[in-house]
Amino acid sequence: MGFAPASDDVYLRPTVRRALKVLVVGHFAVGKTTFVGTLSEIRPLRTEEVLTQAGALVDDLAGTRDKTTTTVALDFGRLTLNPSLVLYLFGTPGQQRFTRLWADMTRGALGALVLADTRRLSDSFEVMGTLEDLGLPYAVAVNDFDGAPVHDLAEVREALDLLPETPLVRCDARDPDSSTRALIALAAYLLSRDAELEHA
Amino acid sequence: MTPRPRPGGRLVRSYVVTDGRARPTRNTLDLITLLTAADDPPPTGLTPEKRRVTELCRHGALSLGEVAGHLGLPVSVTKVLVADLMDSGHIATRTPSPGFHNPFEQGERPSAVRRFDAGILQEVLDGLRARL
Ligand SMILES: Nc1nc2c(ncn2[C@@H]2O[C@H](COP(=O)(O)OP(=O)(O)OP(=O)(O)O)[C@@H](O)[C@H]2O)c(=O)[nH]1
Ligand SMILES: [Mg+2]
Repeated sequence: MGFAPASDDVYLRPTVRRALKVLVVGHFAVGKTTFVGTLSEIRPLRTEEVLTQAGALVDDLAGTRDKTTTTVALDFGRLTLNPSLVLYLFGTPGQQRFTRLWADMTRGALGALVLADTRRLSDSFEVMGTLEDLGLPYAVAVNDFDGAPVHDLAEVREALDLLPETPLVRCDARDPDSSTRALIALAAYLLSRDAELEHA
Repeated sequence: MTPRPRPGGRLVRSYVVTDGRARPTRNTLDLITLLTAADDPPPTGLTPEKRRVTELCRHGALSLGEVAGHLGLPVSVTKVLVADLMDSGHIATRTPSPGFHNPFEQGERPSAVRRFDAGILQEVLDGLRARL
């Protein structure tokens, strides 16, 4: 049973040697899948991970076969940044703080981009709390949904109780430039944070 | 997507595919570990799923997460298969360039303060800016 994808573009360039990852997280229907799809150079892939209802990754498969399980979807996309470096984007709800899948995704990640919706700002708290527990640095991108009241970013910052240094940008997840700028805000923040740690 | 309840059908399948094992034989594998197929050992004697993994990786390099996505397998199952295929010499990881800090291989805890070398962060920033 062979398997070869239809297009050669699915493969990494032969010169690629290093891979990094960034998480794209946020509550239900905030635009995660859209964001990953807008930026990915490959057709975005999706996998599902089976979890027990309690949130544990199904470990002892034999022993848990009868228990109720849930699946968590993971969207991922890829951006080649230069001939030897690729960046993977992982879109996930980000509320599974106790699962091995989540530990796995966050381990070694550069940071996270939190997508937020001005109509439901408080729904972002759980995700931000999870990232803070893990010590994973993040930037926040507010999606302007059609019909949503347009808030001043200073108001949003206050409502989300962000640290002064946490980047906060507006973003349209359907637009490549706008989405790229949101990632740039995160990357610039990571770099400045790194410089500070260097001097600390 | 919110988690939704599912009956155990997929579980049974995962269980069969991995011979009932949930843990891979090595713990350095990550979603973004880059994989390629080795030329040497013929794929004879491999299970259909392992054969699919080697076949997919024969045409070029992919991350472990991409392999899972293309083959429609859960990430945890893919890790078990890939670890076995590395043990048997069918799959190799693409070696990072010297000096590249790989946090996974050093067993860093998720909560550990991450240090990425400023050079690579600058490369990320430059690469993103070049896309505008
Ligand atoms: N106006 C506007 N609409 C958006 C934006 N991002 C996403 N949408 C729309 O919002 C809807 C939900 O987007 P998804 O990308 O599916 O959201 P998601 O976070 O992946 O949703 P779940 O996986 O179900 O949690 C879709 O109809 C998108 O077209 C945005 O930035 N602006
Ligand atoms: Mg989605």
